[in-house]
Amino acid sequence: MLRYTLKRLLQAIPTLLIVITLSFFLMHLAPGGPFDGERQLPPEIEANLMANYHLDEPVWKQYLNYMGNLLQGDLGPSFKYKDFSVTELVAQGFPVSLELGIWAVGLALLIGLPLGVIAALRRNSTIDYLVMGTALAGVAIPNFVIAPLLALVFGVFLGWLPVGGWNEGAWPNLVLPVVALSIQQIAYIARMMRASMIEVLGSHFIRTARAKGLAETEVIWRHAMRPAMLPVVSYLGPAIAGIITGSVVIEQIFGIPGIGRYFVQAALNRDYTLVMGTVVFYGALIVLLNLLVDLLYSALDPQIRYDD
Amino acid sequence: MHKPRITISTLLLATGLAASPLQADTLRLAIMGEPASLDPHKISGTWENDVVGDLFEGLVTEAADGERIPGVATSWDVTEDGKTYTFELREDARWSDGTPVTAEDFVFAFRRILDPATAASYAYLLYPVKNAEAVYGGDADPSTLGIEALDAKTLEITLERSTPYFLDQLAHYTAYPLPKHVVEKYGDDWSKPDHMVSNGAFALDDWQSQTRIEVSRNAYFHDADEVALDEVVYFPIEERNTALNRFRAGEIDIAREFPTQQFDWLKENLPKAVQVAPYLGIYYYALNTRDGHATSDPRVRKALSLAVRREVITNKILGTGEEPAYSFVPPNVNHYDGPELDFADLSQQERLTRARELMQEAGYGPDNPLALRLRYNTSEDHRKVAIALAAMWKPLGVEVELYNAEVAVHYADIRQGDFDVARAGWIGDYNDAQNFLSLLESDVANNYGAYENADFDALMNEAARTQDMDARTDLMAKAEELALEDNATLPLYYYVSRNLVSPELNGWETNIEDIHRSRWISFED
Repeated sequence: MLRYTLKRLLQAIPTLLIVITLSFFLMHLAPGGPFDGERQLPPEIEANLMANYHLDEPVWKQYLNYMGNLLQGDLGPSFKYKDFSVTELVAQGFPVSLELGIWAVGLALLIGLPLGVIAALRRNSTIDYLVMGTALAGVAIPNFVIAPLLALVFGVFLGWLPVGGWNEGAWPNLVLPVVALSIQQIAYIARMMRASMIEVLGSHFIRTARAKGLAETEVIWRHAMRPAMLPVVSYLGPAIAGIITGSVVIEQIFGIPGIGRYFVQAALNRDYTLVMGTVVFYGALIVLLNLLVDLLYSALDPQIRYDD
Repeated sequence: MHKPRITISTLLLATGLAASPLQADTLRLAIMGEPASLDPHKISGTWENDVVGDLFEGLVTEAADGERIPGVATSWDVTEDGKTYTFELREDARWSDGTPVTAEDFVFAFRRILDPATAASYAYLLYPVKNAEAVYGGDADPSTLGIEALDAKTLEITLERSTPYFLDQLAHYTAYPLPKHVVEKYGDDWSKPDHMVSNGAFALDDWQSQTRIEVSRNAYFHDADEVALDEVVYFPIEERNTALNRFRAGEIDIAREFPTQQFDWLKENLPKAVQVAPYLGIYYYALNTRDGHATSDPRVRKALSLAVRREVITNKILGTGEEPAYSFVPPNVNHYDGPELDFADLSQQERLTRARELMQEAGYGPDNPLALRLRYNTSEDHRKVAIALAAMWKPLGVEVELYNAEVAVHYADIRQGDFDVARAGWIGDYNDAQNFLSLLESDVANNYGAYENADFDALMNEAARTQDMDARTDLMAKAEELALEDNATLPLYYYVSRNLVSPELNGWETNIEDIHRSRWISFED
């Protein structure tokens, strides 16, 4: 197990290296630079700015510089947010996105899993149709529709909750974005859980368990639940990475200071260092979470062992 | 047994109140984005101006209606040749830590912003100052810059040449003083909330990145007794719909922009809050005059301009109070009265007939249709306008290919000259016609269509040398007339500013620069 973990961590290094290198050169290949915009700066001003950020050097040299700094843990200064380094921006934004994401994933699991199980147990009943119908709607309606709708109803019309803002994560500010963020996840998880539960319930070992005369609750909880959760768990890896690194849409709509917005904004601004910072961070996080998921697998399914 | 019941709504109410202990004298303002910095030398956006302009005050400053009034300077003398300004600074000008504001603070600030090491992208606004360009280029020592402290309260600024709009420009953040004693102590960190001191009506308390900026009244400000607000909180909100919703929910008092699609609804439901006013900006299409483009033929350019029904664009497509543009310099610009396109008085039918004739003369018609490459930067409104133009040009036998790209790519492309017609816009850096017309001088980076007219350049050069304001206006108006005759660009409409202002506020006055300092704002009793 330990050897396996170490091996996976070592494998992550070349993966990340490829991701960083590709992103770096793709980013520099993209037309338009950080100082292109509606007003062209006088040439000497632009030249001075380029020199200031070493953008006047050949790209390969910039790449080597960047990698050198990265190895020392320095992600460079942001071109756009001049008072902050990229490390500071990520360090400020990530805890916010993380808090929001954990609540959203928690809520999604808390509601999605039982819904899926209930639907599976009452297959083709009214409850099943109701749950799956709602889930389908949840998957189909994008969160840029749900989020403003929630803000309008609970913030503007009813006045129960703030329409936006973060307020250091005070819970009234958390409710709407968490709900908006989790609705789609609830729907996915419920559907996935239902399908997988139905499959597991039809397998031989469940028939054996029932044949032994076990109570139905015990069959479900002791024998069916764990294998049925495997697909959900493997889905959770990338899903958690996606959610806790922030949702661009939700953060924009509710004005939340997470790092999600940087993914798009930085790319549009050609804020090269911030683009790279988010890519490095996100890449590392996905690799790590995928590893955790694989380890969790072996805990859930005794047939899976990593001791080569 | 009677159990105490706490309903969700009472709980929400209680925490909601506890979370925002705002009194009536706290102004909550939605600004259009997160400031890049609060250092006046490191910013370039209007939303940054909203904050920094409340924190600092220049030699002159803006009244509620945007007029320039004395700021740190109480009076000034200008020499006969218009090149040397001597300012008397007010005795009671102080930084928010109590230190006096001296002439030396201005000298320090001007040298710093023009120091290449500061990498200030807006430094060129100070190029009228003697030696500024040379200092910025590293060719002259900062000490040779045309600014000198004659004594602690007397400041002398020397210009390269007479610049009539220079005094107005001194209200801009590029010309603010900086607290020398603080910047020298903390270096680039001086503008962080822990260190910053400022000389304006408000002083910085806190800045939570991407969340809020809090300032409170600066007790050392010379006019502090007249400042009604105790605090101002700025919320950076890029999403206009979010700003609108938060305004409707009463979470903010002023939103510095609202979504254009909601204009009709707003007029209907919040008529007292909607503030729409002419703005110092022009929305136009660049026409490529480079060789090899059909648009290098002035007849084609004129025909394209004639066929555009500007009123349809402003009234039907946009519908937010924009005015159709028949000139390149917006109306109401300071000390300027410019010409209009010569066909402004013709009916649409007459225009179209004339346009067809011109196209025929240029050799285009049903048998030889003109294919144009139109570029615009990605945005719903830009797309609608582009499609409308293509439809309006169709009767001329023009076939338009639309290309859109995000803003950085768009401008990079059109600077390369890779277009026939392209969307462009310009918001004035300062309230003077020169700032607009200089975009059409040969070899200027923002002259996307590469318009070249030696007479135009000569008139602009002469205007720059002319001190008499009326004569200068005439010269610039003549230059604009040439550019309009040549159809150097295709002006579409003049921008408007759009704000939502709570009816409970006093002191808000619309103005062409859309500059609103919080020191003039108060709550109705």
